[in-house]
Parts: sequence; C-alpha cells; structure tokens
Amino acid sequence: MGRYSAFAIAKQAFSHHKGWDRAWPSPEPKPEYDVVIVGAGGHGLATAYYLAKNHGVRKVAVIEKGWLGGGNTGRNTTIIRSNYLQPSSMAIFEKARSLYEDLSQEFNYNIMFSPRGVLMLAQTEHELRAWKRTYHANRIAGIESEMVTPRQIKEIVPIINLSGPRYPVLGGLWQPRGGTARHDAVAWGYARGAAEMGVDIIQQCEVTGVDRDAEGVTGVQTTKGAIRTKKLCIVVAGNSGVMAERAGFRLPVESVALQALVSEPIKPAMDCVVMANTVHGYMSQSDKGEMVIGGGADGFNNYTQRGSFHHIEETLRALVETFPMISRLKMLRQWGGVVDMTGDRSPIIGTTPVPGVFINCGWGTGGFKAIPGSGWATAEMVAKGTPGDLAAPFSLDRFTEGRMIDESVAAAVAH
Amino acid sequence: MLTLTCPCCGVSGEETEFAPGGEAHLKRFGPGSSDEDFRDYLFQRQNPRGVHFERWRHAFGCGKWFHAARCTQTLEVFGTYPGQTSTPTPDIIAAIKARRPEWEPQA
Ligand SMILES: Cc1cc2nc3c(=O)[nH]c(=O)nc-3n(C[C@H](O)[C@H](O)[C@H](O)COP(=O)(O)OP(=O)(O)OC[C@H]3O[C@@H](n4cnc5c(N)ncnc54)[C@H](O)[C@@H]3O)c2cc1C
Ligand SMILES: [Zn+2]
Repeated sequence: MGRYSAFAIAKQAFSHHKGWDRAWPSPEPKPEYDVVIVGAGGHGLATAYYLAKNHGVRKVAVIEKGWLGGGNTGRNTTIIRSNYLQPSSMAIFEKARSLYEDLSQEFNYNIMFSPRGVLMLAQTEHELRAWKRTYHANRIAGIESEMVTPRQIKEIVPIINLSGPRYPVLGGLWQPRGGTARHDAVAWGYARGAAEMGVDIIQQCEVTGVDRDAEGVTGVQTTKGAIRTKKLCIVVAGNSGVMAERAGFRLPVESVALQALVSEPIKPAMDCVVMANTVHGYMSQSDKGEMVIGGGADGFNNYTQRGSFHHIEETLRALVETFPMISRLKMLRQWGGVVDMTGDRSPIIGTTPVPGVFINCGWGTGGFKAIPGSGWATAEMVAKGTPGDLAAPFSLDRFTEGRMIDESVAAAVAH
Repeated sequence: MLTLTCPCCGVSGEETEFAPGGEAHLKRFGPGSSDEDFRDYLFQRQNPRGVHFERWRHAFGCGKWFHAARCTQTLEVFGTYPGQTSTPTPDIIAAIKARRPEWEPQA
C-alpha cells in the first residue's frame, strides 16, 4: 500500500491514475488467528488497529457479513463530543475525541475531522439545570465545555429562532472542540491502518456459529468455512442479540431503528452542530451543503434499517420552529440504522459468560464519536484478557451488581 | 407501516395510535430472588431477528393493554391476543406456524 501525498498524485498523473493500489487488500480467511473480531464497523476495525499497534497482536481477522463500514458507522450523523456527565463516560469519550484530532495524520488518510463546535440547546428549565451540572462535572474532569447565553447562541448560530413560543432557547452547553468527521473515512482509515500492520479484513463473510468446548471458545463457523481462534470479540451493534445467542449467552440489549435525513444542498448557513434534545432533533451542515438531520428512534424492537415514518414528521415539525428557514427546504433522502440499546443506555465493553469471548456493544444512538477510545479500550481488554481502567466500568456485570451508568449516552435522541 | 388490531375493542390502527410496551410474558422477580433472576427480569431481553412477542397499549383508543406477535425483520403482525395470559395462546402459535413453518417456540 503506497503512501498518499501530493507527490504521489503528481506521479500517478503520468499513468492517468491507473497505477493506484487498492486502499486495503481483500484476503481469503486463514485456518487460524490469535483473535477473531466479528463486525467491521468502526468499533471492530479500531479494536483490530489498536491490537496491532498498541499490543503487537497482528494475527487478527475482522469478519464482516456485508461491506466494511456498511452498518451504523456508515449511517450516522457523525456528531463528536465528549461533554458527558459521569466520570466513566467522560473518560472514554474524551479519549476518543482527543484521538480523533490526530487520526488523519496517523493514518495518512483524511478522515475530515472538523472541530466546528457542538451546541446543545436548553429549551426547558430542567434542561438548563442539567447542562449546568454537566458543565461543572466537565470542568472538574478537565474537559473543555462552556455554558452559553441565548445572546451568545444567536452569535454562534444566526439562523436560530430563540423565542419559541413552544420551545424557547434558554441557554446551551457548548463544546468548541467537538464537531464532525467523515464517517466512511473513519472506517476506511482504520481498515487501511490495520491491514498495513497485517490484520486480515474479510468482507462478504457472515459468522454463523460459535464453536466452544468445556474450556471456552475454540473458533467460529462462517460462510467461508470454519476459523479457529482462542479469542473472539463480538462487535456487531444492532446484531448483538443475534450473535450472543449464537455464542450461547443473553444480553441486556434491544435493537431498534434510528433514522436520519438530509435536505437538498444549500449555501453555507450553519457552521457548527446544534442539538435540541427536548424536541428530539439535531442538525449540522455537510461539506456538500446538505442539512443533516437526525431524529427519534422507534419504540419497538426491529431490524428494518428504515424506521417509522411519523418520526420524520415529529422531528421536522419541532426543528422548523427552532430554525424557521428550513421550512422551505426539500428533503432529499432518509435512511435508518439498527441501534443496540442497553438497559441503562450506556455501552458494554467486557468479558462474557463464555471464556475467550469478549463483547463491545450497546453504543446505540451515540457510538460514532467513541470509535477511537472504544477500540483502544477493547484492544487492551482482548490483549490482556481483562478490562483496563477505561473499559472496566462498562462491564456486563454492572447489570447484576446494580452499578448502572446514569448517563443516557445512547438515549433514543440526539448524540 | 405497522398496523395493529386491538383485541379489546377490535379497532385497527396505525402504530401512532398505540404505545409499545416491550417484551411480553416476562417472569417477575422481586424481593428475595437471586441477583441473576432480578437482573434478568429488569434488563435481560429477547432480541430476536424474527418472531417476537410484545406488549402494546391502545393509547389513543380504548386505553387497554394487549399482546402482539410480530416479526422484527419484516414488521409482519401475526396477530394480537388478550393481555390476560402469561404465555402465547395456541391460536397465536398456530398463526405464526402458518407463516413461519421453520419457527419453534422457545422453551
Ligand atoms: C441514524 C443514526 C444516527 C447516528 N448519529 C450518531 C452521531 O451523530 N454521533 C454518534 O456518535 N453516533 C451516532 N450514531 C450511532 C453510531 O452510528 C453507532 O453507535 C456506531 O457507528 C456503532 O459502530 P459499530 O462498529 O459498533 O457498529 P456497525 O458500524 O453497525 O458495525 C457492525 C458490523 O457488524 C456486521 N455484522 C453483524 N452481524 C454479523 C455477523 N454475524 N457476521 C459478520 N458481520 C456481522 C455488520 O454488517 C456491521 O457492518 C447514529 C446511528 C444512527 C443509526
Ligand atoms: Zn382498543
């Protein structure tokens, strides 16, 4: 795999750009690996990358039933922030946000990280108080985030309507170093980086069963044959329930569809991300000019990757009041992803009842921003066999011990 | 679009008329039970890609709770049945079998 640079572009121009290598190879599975990761979304690929980079574990396969980044990693609205309330969430999300800052250089691949600022509106008294509490927690943890007044908000987002009447803007929590990144490029960058260090990424291959003996996991069955391994890491988001059943355990997880939509492209109108949690809507503008809008999740289990139609209406109805100018915009397309919701709406990174099987799931509606930190923590756990400090609070035992993480990280709303 | 028929009042409506209530037929564990049973009751959930039993409420109709058997992949509704039962009824099992011959009820 050649390096990308201005010089490489000039050199390739002489051969009419026909000499570029594939961005990553497409190997056939080997009979055995030290670690098999199921799911080539951002979290699975980042786990493979940091296993190789931080821990020297390179006999790793990432197995993907579709194409890499085709799950929620390629379907989300790409909001990145770290101003959460609980210490365990702040630690892992801030680790991720700070890793995002240097990823393009590290990968030699532009992930288009854009720290344009994330503004979370307070549209009720209750929300205002909750954001103040979060702001103080952030200050104690050393995470940069500020409370802003309605006047400051109007300066940051001139197209906003502050006065309501139903949802007046009372203030906001502003993280200037939050922002967005190109979702596909994050998956592609991790894939390239991992493949360069020897990780096999096997696409179009579904894991259909888990082999085990009395000691624990011994391998997996796939649509491309059996693969032996002593360590299996399941990172399949919406399909976690299905994979856990194949491995022989149950999870406190339910899968629902979450939607997003984009408008026709318009001239630059908003240069930050705005989240309005009270009305279940959030918006940013893509580099192409489309307004990217996220909405609510379905209330019932489903695997449709589509979502119920009425959520679109609810989201837009509320956003039109806050951003009157979007009332004339045509919406271009809508899509959904199947998100994995846990009992306390925080993710799970941990060992499982089956020895040798690890799981990373439950990121629900808010895991894109966490990809680098989650991969970092999961790789550490898989390499050492037990979770390190970043991962430990997110173990599966917390549901037995009553040690919930009261965060609503993956609440069925904006994240 | 998901359309359900309320077995209490017989009205068929689009999903916005109903409120989803999660997995059906949970066995309740309370004080005195083991930590594992209590966890299972509170958090552990069936999450199948296929046939699923659920509770729903006819929120903007008669207001009553009832049960539904539904496919989580296609949104096909196999049928709805009364809330006053702690297992799926033989009729609903038969209705599912008619559409999904390979499906087996869980023990
Ligand atoms: C509409 C929408 C908007 C969102 N907005 C945001 C946001 O603004 N900010 C944010 O931080 N997060 C957001 N999220 C959440 C975020 O997208 C997810 O938390 C994150 O992408 C999950 O990544 P993952 O790697 O765990 O899962 P995925 O990217 O879904 O990857 C899992 C992979 O596993 C594969 N797989 C499944 N079963 C098998 C099998 N048996 N064998 C082989 N492969 C298998 C799948 O094909 C898939 O590619 C949003 C999600 C959605 C749907
Ligand atoms: Zn009714």
